[in-house]
Amino acid sequence: MSNNIYLKKGLDLPINGVAAQNTKKVIVPDVVAIKPTDFRGLVPKLLVREGDKVLAGTPVLADKMSQNILFASPVSGTVAEVVRGEKRKLLEVRIKADAEQEYVDFGTKKVADMSAEQIKEALLAAGLWPALTQRPYGIIANPEVKPKAIFVSAFNTAPLAANPEYALRDEFEHIQTAVNALGKLTDGGVHFSLNSATYSGTPFHKIENVIPHVFTGKHPAGNVGVQIHHISPIRKGETVWTVSLLMLAAIGKLFNTGKYDLRRKIAVTGPKAINPAYVEGYPGIAVKDVAEFFNAAEDLRFVSGDVLTGTNIGKDGYLGFFDNQITILEEGNKYELLGWAKPVRCSQFSASRTYFSWLTPKKKYDMDTNLHGGPRAFVVNDVYGKVLPMDIYPVYLLKACLANDIDKMEKFGIYEVLEEDLALCEYVDPSKIYIQQIITDGIALMLKEMC
Amino acid sequence: MNGLRNFVDKIKPTFEKGGKLGFLHSTFDAFETFLFVPNTVTRKGAHVRDCVDLKRVMIMVVLALVPAMLFGIWNTGYQHSLAFGLEWGFWDIVLYGLVKVLPLYVVSYLVGLGIEFVSAQIQGHEVNEGYLVSGMLIPLIVPVDVPLWMLAIAVAFAVIIGKEVFGGTGMNIWNPALLTRAFLFFSYPSKMSGETVWTGGVDRFINEGVAYQAGNGLVDGFSGATPLADPTFANLQPKLWDMIVGTIPGSVGETSVIAILLGAILLIWTGVASWKIMVSSVLGGLAIGYLGYAVGATDLPGYYQLVMGGFLFGTVFMATDPVTSAQTECGKWIYGFLVGALAVTVRLWNPGYPEGMMLAILLMNTFAPLIDHYVIEGSIKRRAKKVKIA
Repeated sequence: MSNNIYLKKGLDLPINGVAAQNTKKVIVPDVVAIKPTDFRGLVPKLLVREGDKVLAGTPVLADKMSQNILFASPVSGTVAEVVRGEKRKLLEVRIKADAEQEYVDFGTKKVADMSAEQIKEALLAAGLWPALTQRPYGIIANPEVKPKAIFVSAFNTAPLAANPEYALRDEFEHIQTAVNALGKLTDGGVHFSLNSATYSGTPFHKIENVIPHVFTGKHPAGNVGVQIHHISPIRKGETVWTVSLLMLAAIGKLFNTGKYDLRRKIAVTGPKAINPAYVEGYPGIAVKDVAEFFNAAEDLRFVSGDVLTGTNIGKDGYLGFFDNQITILEEGNKYELLGWAKPVRCSQFSASRTYFSWLTPKKKYDMDTNLHGGPRAFVVNDVYGKVLPMDIYPVYLLKACLANDIDKMEKFGIYEVLEEDLALCEYVDPSKIYIQQIITDGIALMLKEMC
Repeated sequence: MNGLRNFVDKIKPTFEKGGKLGFLHSTFDAFETFLFVPNTVTRKGAHVRDCVDLKRVMIMVVLALVPAMLFGIWNTGYQHSLAFGLEWGFWDIVLYGLVKVLPLYVVSYLVGLGIEFVSAQIQGHEVNEGYLVSGMLIPLIVPVDVPLWMLAIAVAFAVIIGKEVFGGTGMNIWNPALLTRAFLFFSYPSKMSGETVWTGGVDRFINEGVAYQAGNGLVDGFSGATPLADPTFANLQPKLWDMIVGTIPGSVGETSVIAILLGAILLIWTGVASWKIMVSSVLGGLAIGYLGYAVGATDLPGYYQLVMGGFLFGTVFMATDPVTSAQTECGKWIYGFLVGALAVTVRLWNPGYPEGMMLAILLMNTFAPLIDHYVIEGSIKRRAKKVKIA
């Protein structure tokens, strides 16, 4: 094991509904959606029209700012509907899938013989470039820039997250291929972070051509942003790229099989998921494709991703591009008599010791979406730092964002964080402030002013 | 339970915008959220939230203050019975304490919460819970005989000028409860210092000749002085145990070390108040206390400084106010130490003020942002120096 980085701060949410390690079914998609809203700041350009035939890998959208960045259809079928919102903002391109999947053939390639330029072109052409995320800001990587390094988190500490050892157990070869390919795009190497708790049990510590790191700690230790902070903090003017294991598998498959193949094992999780388990499907599959996991009569929330950072997609929604988890929760729109005044509140979890849930550390809870209070100003200023294992003062950063003070945002670390890194601060906040939204707005301001 | 909810739902439209009593919207909302955790769901960001809210945090501080309050009520009666040589039983003592202390609470909460409700309505906020704690603190840090109209003016000053003009709970620079006390201290010094104000009924008896139980007079040799009036070893050594238990004259809630420590245990246990500030403030007080002892400024060993006056009460309940104290972990050590050190410095070297805790905390409230500023600058420099690996 390479040197171990211990993170003391953090919190593993004790929430019910972890997915059992079996794959209940292989989803035969009916309608899948491609959502430009999965990518921060993307201004999409539509490349297809309703009624067009597409294959898996046919470009559907392009980035208006750099039109060589393409977004491809994950399935073969017919463009059924283009959904627009206010001011004609493009929200979804829905594709009615064929019964038999056909793939665009990009041709198998030997990564060892390819140059950096060739790798870039291959990824751009196949619509896999958006799999690479740039830090700061968490936007699609700019192909013109050579990043300082590339970072991969090989474990996920988010609540109920899909277990990579199970979900990606057949993808080892592809991940290795992708790592070899991406390593050519940077001089800083591919940094690969593993969890000390699962180190010996995971095949991923055998991945080669990476700079390995080992982390010990609770969530958000698995967040790549936290890992970068401890490996090599991002400073002004620097750019790094991040990519998830899931996307590495897709990139590797492109080179090894010549296909744009985003099939993945998806964890259907959450307190309201019935017998939570895995399904095999694509990004963009519909919530109704997993209808056997929930009781449609209940008032539920469907989240693409985990409960801290995922997107509320509703019962008619579609899984996001980067996600391999659907979380099903009860809407907490109920009143609770004297809730805050009860000496004990057994059915609910609190990280704070003002309740007694710390006495039952093994207990899991059926969490719902109630806010549990009303919005206030920042008052208890030291709760946030306890769940943020970074050398950053979250309240100061947030106040700088609220004040639109770019100099201070820079100083307090806006380059190093994304919403997901402060999600736990939002969770524990007794003032019920929408912290992730403040960061989103702060990053939007930075993008507007700096780029 | 459902009946209550149905009732609230039934009267709710009256208080909503456009309703007959729409101008009481914030007030209604405050009472409704007091009774029921609202049915609001998360709109964005984290879909689940911790069940702790500010009401829970504040109620913990209120609970932590209960031992000091109960002891204060008893001690008010006990000091009165000592002063007038009354052979009172427990319930007589408590009754007198209630008669003296409850009006302070009524005024403190009526005036303070009243202003909070009005300003919440004007600004369209929900009513903040912050005053629940301030209102609990204020009667405990004033002499029991303070006239109620003075208290009302002081509370109004502290809440309006000290808090609401800055934007309400969370935005204030100074601790509102201490601001109330400072206002009284500088505006009405005759009611806030001297030897006769600390025991209930004494001031009135001396000035107007009226006693609570007609016909009684002050006992011979009565001295209502607090330990701070004559802090010499010869005077205080026999009283040390009384000072720890709290059976001495003083502000209502500040006298009992034991009651305050019970509160401190709850605050530290629940993590609501910073133990770092408490520990460093005690260290600061001890350091200057022993320094003064060494150089001959006092003949009291340093630990006496902790049990006299408002030192411990201020350390546990006032210096740790999360809004007005330092907010960086390193800053808390510096802030707390300086609070303790300054308080004892004032006591030992400023002949004008026998007690320094209030001034020390208010002064350090003022400088807390500066301390944080330097701590954060240091952290930013440290981060910039971190070696690049990649």
